[in-house]
Formats: sequence, C-alpha cells, structure tokens
Amino acid sequence: MAERISNRNLTRRQLLQSSVAAGGIAVIGMGFVAAPDAAWALEVTEITEHQMATLVQMARDIYPHDRVADEYYVIAVKGYDSADKKAFVAQGVARLDELAQAAGNASYLETKWEENRVALLRQIENDAFFQAVRGGLITGLYNQKAIWPIFGYEGESFSKGGYIHRGFDDINWL
Amino acid sequence: MAVKFDMSDDSVVVVIGTGAGGGVLSNELAQKGVKVVALEAGGRYLPEDYINDEWESFGQLAWVDPRTTSGDWRVSKDFPGLPAWIVKAVGGTTIHWAGASLRFQEHEWKALSTYGPVEGANLLDWPIDAAEMAPYYTKAENKLGVTRTGGRAGLPGNNNYKVFEAGAKALGYKKVHTGRMAINSAEYDNRNACQQVGFCFQGCKFGAKWSAAYTDIPRGEATGNLEVREHSHVARIVHDKRGKVSGVEYFDKDGNLHLQKARIVCVAGNTIESPRLLLNSASAMFPDGLANSSGMVGRNYMRHMTGSVYAVFDKPVRMWRGTTMAGIIQDEARHDPSRGFVGGYEMETVSLGLPFMAAFLNPGAWGRSFTTALDAYENMAGMWLVGEDMPQESNRVTLNPEVKDQWGLPVANVNYSDHPNDIAMREHAYRQGAAIYDAVGATRIFPTPPYPSTHNLGTNRMSADPKNGVVNKWGQTHDIANLFISDGSQFTTGASENPTLTIVALAIRQADHIADEMSKGNL
Repeated sequence: MAERISNRNLTRRQLLQSSVAAGGIAVIGMGFVAAPDAAWALEVTEITEHQMATLVQMARDIYPHDRVADEYYVIAVKGYDSADKKAFVAQGVARLDELAQAAGNASYLETKWEENRVALLRQIENDAFFQAVRGGLITGLYNQKAIWPIFGYEGESFSKGGYIHRGFDDINWL
Repeated sequence: MAVKFDMSDDSVVVVIGTGAGGGVLSNELAQKGVKVVALEAGGRYLPEDYINDEWESFGQLAWVDPRTTSGDWRVSKDFPGLPAWIVKAVGGTTIHWAGASLRFQEHEWKALSTYGPVEGANLLDWPIDAAEMAPYYTKAENKLGVTRTGGRAGLPGNNNYKVFEAGAKALGYKKVHTGRMAINSAEYDNRNACQQVGFCFQGCKFGAKWSAAYTDIPRGEATGNLEVREHSHVARIVHDKRGKVSGVEYFDKDGNLHLQKARIVCVAGNTIESPRLLLNSASAMFPDGLANSSGMVGRNYMRHMTGSVYAVFDKPVRMWRGTTMAGIIQDEARHDPSRGFVGGYEMETVSLGLPFMAAFLNPGAWGRSFTTALDAYENMAGMWLVGEDMPQESNRVTLNPEVKDQWGLPVANVNYSDHPNDIAMREHAYRQGAAIYDAVGATRIFPTPPYPSTHNLGTNRMSADPKNGVVNKWGQTHDIANLFISDGSQFTTGASENPTLTIVALAIRQADHIADEMSKGNL
C-alpha cells in the first residue's frame, strides 16, 4: 500500500482554510503542500512549498496517468526535499517559472492547460534538471507496487504457484 | 563445499567465470577427474533466493561494475554505463537467460563462404561445422533438458504466445511453435516442471529452467574435484618466462590480492570481461595483452541484431503470465539475400513487467504518447527480434584508462555501431513483427529499440588461421597453448540463434579435448 504522506494531524477543514489552490495542488504554507481535498499532505523542510508543488505537477505532466492519484507522484519526488538538492531544485523551478512568465502566465503552476505546461517542459527537456526528474520517475513512480494494479500488472506470482492454474493461457478473444 | 585446493597447487585448471561456458566446463572437467578451481566474481544465489521483482532482482544479480560505451548504437545513448544486461553470480547469466536453446543452422558455421564478402564486415568461416558439433549439441540438449528435442514435449503456449501464433499463421508463417526451451515441460533431471511464473529473467524459483547455478556447479562440487571461489574478481593472468600461463591473480571479497597457480587457465568471463582481462594482463613479453598477436582480442564484438515489437489490442492479453519467451517463429531465420540483407533472424515472444516496460519501451520518452502506451499495458503483446549481426573490427572492447573499477583496474569500453546489414535486417524485422500483430487486430504498435546486450559475442574469435583470430577450433589460444577461451567470446560469427546452447556445446567439447590432451601429457 502507498504510504500516507501526512505526518501531522491536519483536518480537511484546516487545509481548506489555509490553502491557496495552485493548479491541482495546494500550497498551504506552514511548510506543507497538500491536495485540495486533503487526500494527502507533505511537509517540506528544505525546499519551498511552491517548489515541491511544482515538482509534483511536473511529474504528472511528464508521465501523466489520469487514473494514478497525486499521492504517488508526491512519493516519487519527495526525495528532492533535501539540503543537497535544494539549489538544484530552486534553479530548475525558477527557470520553469521564468519560461511560464515569458508565455504570459504567473508561474508553471498557474499555467492551466497541460499542453501549455508541456510546451514549457519541451523547452527544458535536455537540461540536467528535467532529465534528473524524468529519470528518477522511471523507478520512483513505476516501481511503486501500489500503482501496479491500476495498470493490471499482477507483480510476483511465485507465492501463488505461478499462473499454471491461474490463467496463463486464458485469452478468449482470438 | 567439499574440496579446497592450495594456492600453490600448480596442477589445477583455473576456470574464470561460472556461467554457460565456465560453469559447464568446470563440471565436465571435474566429472573426468580433473582438478578445477573456478573463480567467480559474484556471489551464490539459488532458487530460494531469486526475487519475483524486476528492479530488486536486477540489484541482486546484474553485473553493474562500471563500464563505458561509444559508437552510434542507441544503447550508448540510453544506457551509457550499462552496455550489457548480464549476471554477476555463480552460474552467471544462465540465471537470467530466457532458455531458448537453438542449434546453429548448417550454413551459419560458414558465414563467409555462404554470404560472400560483405563490405565493412569481417566475416569468417568457423573452423568447425555442423557435423562436428552435432553430437555435442545432442549432449547439450540432454544436459539442459531442451523441449522438442530428445523426445521431450514442448511447453504449453501462454496468452502472449497465442496472440503471436495467431498473427504468424495469418501471415502464412510455418515454423511457429512454443520453442526449444531449456525449461522443463515435465519433471526432468531432478528439476520441476514449469509453473508459468513469468519471471524467467529474474531466476527461476522452481528451478524449471536450466541454470548452471543449481545443476552443473553443485554436481561438479560433489565430485570433490571442483572448488568454486565466490566473490573472486580476477585482475590478471600471469605467465612464466617461456610464455606459458602459470596462474591467476584475483581480489577476494575484502580486496586482498591472491595468486592461484595453474596448469591451464580457461577464461569464461563473458565477451566483455574476457578480452578486458587479456588486455589487462599485458606484460613485457606480451605488451598488447595475452594471446593478442593477431590484434583481434576485443575486436569483432557482436551483440545480435535486436529490437522488440510491442502491440496494444482492444482486449486484454496479460503477456506477463507464464514463460517469458514462450514461442518462436523461425521462417525468417533463413539466409535469403532477396530481403535486402544476409543472414536471418528469429522472432520470439518476450514480456516485461510494468517497471521494466517503463524503462525499456522507449527510453527517454515522456508525455502522453508514452504514458497512454503504458495505460494499455494489460492489453499488450510483445516479441523480441534476434538476428545475426555483422562482425566489424571497429566494434570492439578496449580498456578505458580514464575509468577504473572498484579494484583500480581500467574498465571496458564497448564500442558498437550498426552495420548497414544490421539496420536493413532490423527494419525488415520491425515490419514483419508489426504485420503479425496487425493481422490479429492491433490498435497500436511500438518498434522498441534494443535493450542492453545479453548476447555478447566474438571478442576472442575462433579462426583456422592465427592471423585473423584469437583461438583455434578447441578454444585454445593460438599464442599460448595452456590458455583457453570458454565463453561466447570465441564465436567467429553470431548466427541468428540465441547463443547459450552453442556455448554449452562448445564447453562440453572443450572439456573432452582438455582432459584428453592432459592425459596425453600435451598440456
């Protein structure tokens, strides 16, 4: 199961009161980034809430799976909240926001349409920042066992005796 | 582990590596009463240790020591530090292999004579032929328990195979079946029948697939003639004043350097490590590396023409269920230059779990074109394309003096560029693969680029003439009588078949030869 990110007892009401919705992700201040519906919340200690929210949105825009909830993207990028990555993230997010502003939006997060955010990402796709985030998602996102069922993937089978009696040849539409 | 030999015992045969070549050779020699010390860089993992999880298993088994790459192959761009996906463990890549066990076709032993000279390629005939290898292939098939040989039944086809077979038949292909596989369709040789687990690449937890790790190695040890030293990374092979090899220096787990004396040394460290070791063993007498008077050590690196075709359908396939390589189409394996290339290719089903599909479907890709493919993962079928690539002198393993491994030794650089023949073959194979899936209603098709190489071949090639190869027809180096090459690096050309069965057959044959020569006092 996915780990729940919230490590403080924030109520839904508190979240809604304190949050400033930005894109699909709320930057709520007090060191927290959260979903508008309080499905998850993440405390950041090194990077800013805005930077973490940007990373989460970026992760979804790079590998968009509409049936995969934000919390799994959060898990995939939360490692960027660390002292040694602080400058790298700050620089990368600033660059992305700069490009968003040049395109007439307040920030990457305030760029409402996915296709417009993707157009911004295309401009930085060969940069180290983008490549690090993208490369990290390959394992950070897709190796989360909790999302495998969404794709139908069944994972390990040895403990169940393999598929010899569980449908290895059950295709019925050919 | 019964026997232990002394470091100063110079009567032992030292085998470097314990995979399809070294593992089999070690056991075959031990069965004949020859004393063997097998040095293995990795640790020992058995079926109970294998993990049904792609990344976790990769972390357990894969050879991830630093290597570098160059050349125009896409692997160098996508996985610059990982040219090969092979195993570092007792049993070597026989833990990871899919099990496809095919004999070379007769003409493939004679590529130069059959195809004629190909510009830019360094084709050569093997100094052995199909008739000479036939009895050794039979021994290898019986050892591995290969299905559809020796009266053994084929495996049942899984969902991925059924899609593949239906498309193949719709296209009129005739040689379509569930393969000749070293995976038991019924209990054989104290190994279980296949339970269709679906993690063949991660090591078979039922032991249904043959691996040297739990067959040849323990059987060799049981004779009392074989000592396997794990976590022993060979640094160099040393020689005496007469130019005969006399021992092997290796690092143990703790980084201590040892010298094991030897009567004969057999190198089976895989096509990347074996030439690296010969080159790292350069001395005043052999300044270009051991056995390298021809200059061919490291050259003619082959990795097979490969690629995959994945396809999405409007209904579920669940290709991950059951045998990873569950069937084959062999119609395109023939040599038929009218297709625009020499040599041929096999088409074999393949499947990756979701984590590896994300990593390998189209490395570097992002956005909805990529993610909608993964969204359809459950409805996907897949095949691997594997054909003969052209040996080229400039495709080679060299030492990279800029990069050192954990022992301070220069790492291997693997340089590879496709030959025009390889490209023409891959395009043909992509087209045929797509047509197969189109014939059963695919809604979307992905011509997937090569993965890091599992079929690494040719860097110590076998040749009749010492001028254009490293070893003779017995795998004995032309330059040094008591130095042998026992792995896929001795391949003169690659043929279109998966190489393991041929590596095993050559190892069985080499063991006969070495034991015979030892008893005659020639070695």
